[in-house]
Amino acid sequence: MPNKFPLWKNLVILLVVVFGFVYAAPNLYPPDPAIQLSGQSGAMLIDQAVLDKAAAALEQAGIDHFGGEADGEGALLRLGDIAEQLRAKEVIQAEMGNDYIVALNLAPTTPDALSSLGAVPMKLGLDLRGGVHFLLEVDLKSALKTRLEGDLEDLKSTLREERVRYRSFALIDGQIIGQFRDAEEVDKATALVRQNFPNLQPQSIPGQNALSLTLALSVQASSDLEDNTIKQNLTSLRNRVNEIGVSEPIVSRQGKNRIVVELPGIQDTAEAKRIIGKTANLEFRLEAQSRIGEMFDFRDPSSQGVDARLENRAIITGENVTDARASFDENGRPQVNISLDSKGGWAMGHATRDNIGNRLGVLFIEYKTRLEKSVDESGTVELTPIPYVEKHIISLATVQAQLGKQFRITGAGNQRESSELALLLRAGALAAPMYIVEERTIGPSLGTENIQLGVKSVTVGLLAVLLFMLVIYRVFGLFANLALATNLLLLVGIMSLLGATLTLPGIAGIVLTVGMAVDANVLIFSRIREELAAGLSPQGAISAGYDRAFVSILDANITTLIVALILYAIGSGPVQGFAVTLSIGILTSMFTSIVMTRGVVNLVYGGRKVDRLWI
Amino acid sequence: MTQLKVYNFMGIRRLAVGLSATLLVLSTISLATQGLQLGLDFTGGTQVEVGYQSPANVEGVRAQLERAGFEKPVVVHFGSDRDVLIRLQGKPEPEQAISDEQDGTVKKALSDKVYEALQSEGADVELRRVDFVGPQIGEELREDGGLGMLAALIVVMFYVAMRFQLKFAIGAVLALAHDVMITLGFFSLMRFEFDLTVLAAILAVVGYSLNDTIVVSDRIRENFRKIRNMAPLDVINESLSQTLWRTINTSLTTLLVLLSLFFLGGELIHNFAIALMVGVGVGTYSSIYVAATVMLAMDIQREDLLVPEKGELVDDLP
Repeated sequence: MPNKFPLWKNLVILLVVVFGFVYAAPNLYPPDPAIQLSGQSGAMLIDQAVLDKAAAALEQAGIDHFGGEADGEGALLRLGDIAEQLRAKEVIQAEMGNDYIVALNLAPTTPDALSSLGAVPMKLGLDLRGGVHFLLEVDLKSALKTRLEGDLEDLKSTLREERVRYRSFALIDGQIIGQFRDAEEVDKATALVRQNFPNLQPQSIPGQNALSLTLALSVQASSDLEDNTIKQNLTSLRNRVNEIGVSEPIVSRQGKNRIVVELPGIQDTAEAKRIIGKTANLEFRLEAQSRIGEMFDFRDPSSQGVDARLENRAIITGENVTDARASFDENGRPQVNISLDSKGGWAMGHATRDNIGNRLGVLFIEYKTRLEKSVDESGTVELTPIPYVEKHIISLATVQAQLGKQFRITGAGNQRESSELALLLRAGALAAPMYIVEERTIGPSLGTENIQLGVKSVTVGLLAVLLFMLVIYRVFGLFANLALATNLLLLVGIMSLLGATLTLPGIAGIVLTVGMAVDANVLIFSRIREELAAGLSPQGAISAGYDRAFVSILDANITTLIVALILYAIGSGPVQGFAVTLSIGILTSMFTSIVMTRGVVNLVYGGRKVDRLWI
Repeated sequence: MTQLKVYNFMGIRRLAVGLSATLLVLSTISLATQGLQLGLDFTGGTQVEVGYQSPANVEGVRAQLERAGFEKPVVVHFGSDRDVLIRLQGKPEPEQAISDEQDGTVKKALSDKVYEALQSEGADVELRRVDFVGPQIGEELREDGGLGMLAALIVVMFYVAMRFQLKFAIGAVLALAHDVMITLGFFSLMRFEFDLTVLAAILAVVGYSLNDTIVVSDRIRENFRKIRNMAPLDVINESLSQTLWRTINTSLTTLLVLLSLFFLGGELIHNFAIALMVGVGVGTYSSIYVAATVMLAMDIQREDLLVPEKGELVDDLP
């Protein structure tokens, strides 16, 4: 039988269409503006009681809200009106105090039936949602310098211990250069370096002074250093960003030495910059044995009590901490392993030698700003930022033995608390400085406007193409239009499923796909017309049209796909969004315009005698 | 349906060559003398878009900024008369340290200062958009953009040479280069701003124009294999005539959606839409004239295409 699809083929087509429907559907449900509540420390319990308190504050302020949920780790309150979101955040923050992180959020309203299938709405990019995008560059040179300075000190003291005499040792242009009096000492020093400092490599420079020794960090060590520096900066950035109160912030590495920070919904960029640029610090201090000393609160009162008195003098600061990791001890209990640089290790050893059995505290120092409310003469409320310093104890542990460059803190509660402690220790450690190399801010009203413009241009463009196809290809135009609509559905469905972010250029990509997707059908239909003109029967023309057009469509689409991939590879954020929609659109359009229209054409014309085609 | 009318496209190919040459020379001269009006993405710098409640006076805003100590700010309306785009002249701002190392205070960026200056005189201003691009990023983007374009051309040439034949590949790539040059030339001549979205559009033009060229080439190949005893020029004319309606219809549907983007998509993708419209127009023309003319100039023969590729049927009539 000519032009008849077997049942399974029709079922596959039906299945794909249903799939597109299900996964595109969540985008029809606009999310509710919401306020998200969580604790400053992971150990805080956010339960119904906390939720009720926040809800009561909203009631009092007359802000319409509904559907509160609390799951112990966080709570979510939905609001009736997006315009009140900012005020709601302020009201709740004022009520709950600074122990809680209050964030703006968008709560999905996807029906349970859909979300249980994993169907979620598309994420909106900053240009559609409003927010701030920063590209930060980490100053790796300065990290390298700090590292080499440490190595230089270690090297000098090793040389002194081994009685190798040198004239001078200095750090010049990222290399350690030493000068000696005689060649024998140079050899001894070189041997020592090879033995004790595997990360430093003696460099041989043609024509260099025979009485000098040039050392550089090995390739492996410097790439490790770069990775660690970036990781450390990422960690402290994430930690800081969490405090700003945005839902779904993005903090990720880009390229060798850059970090992208995206904060949706943020409007006050100066505030955002202040928080991500904030330097936290650490101080290690012994517990005071007399009344002389300072009282400090615990950052997390539930763990060890309310407060403790620490000595006025810090043994070391965050600058000396090179790493901190949560792990488990030999009994499977959580612990935090801390590494110090040599200077810190020496100071720590010196201070703890005579203090075994006493307690050592770690102080976390944050530079914060609070908003002071005041009412000026004309009666308008002014918010003035007042910077202040907050110091809290994050750990107080008994010294079991003299500590050195590496030591551990055990008994830090459960695994979650120990990883949080490690995080704080790392966040406090000063990483390399960062610079803003790109900033893009989109105001919330511009974002909303961009969505409206995008939807409007897609709708109008789509309608125009649908009409055009109907006029030119009549019944077959209808088939193509069906395919086009399904293509849009599939494109949106797949993007939602992949968790792709929709941006304005992404919408442009969708619009362009709409225009170009019909190309395949135009090709096929033109071919069918030709075959009819050449005298083939309608059934034969359909069959030949589809077969012959296929190769052209394939070649044309593969080359376009190649271009889209290149676009993705070279582009940054917005351009990549365009490339992603274009690529997915090409793939889905191949399916809808070749397979699906054929299925429909077969259903309508297949297996019976057809006198003429309305094409 | 009547028998297909065969147009003598190639008969006027000398005219087409003249037209293309003129456009290319114009583009080259414009690009060489006044270059492209590179946008912030590529040059680096700071621009701020603000919205006023009532129509804004561009002169007033400029004067206000100059009073606040900004040198020669460029102030233009953006989209509507209530929205104003401010671009700061002079040396691009260097990379900014986020905060002071010592006390954690934030260093103010240029954009913050602009916004403050505008607010200081009591007008109700809304900050709509801030773009700051460090000079280094701009330079990298310029490089990546050029490299991307080159990579696209090379990969495409390779693919077409593999799937078709070298003469086709040269024709296709020359057609692409032709389209890209003329679109770039158009932007240079009209002094339209060339930013990242326009670069994306130009690459999309490469994709589109290629699409067109390949469909035409595909038909030329098919006809060369099917029809014996016909001069290459006539085979090409016949192929172009057969694909003419498809070429026109696809260009029309694409132009329809581009018009929709142009008029309704907003200011941010205005230039994107323009680049694509120009590119699609030129691409349609080039798929008919440039690629085929190049093939003829290289003396394409039936013999060039007779060796069937693996797994492909030469004659697939049912």
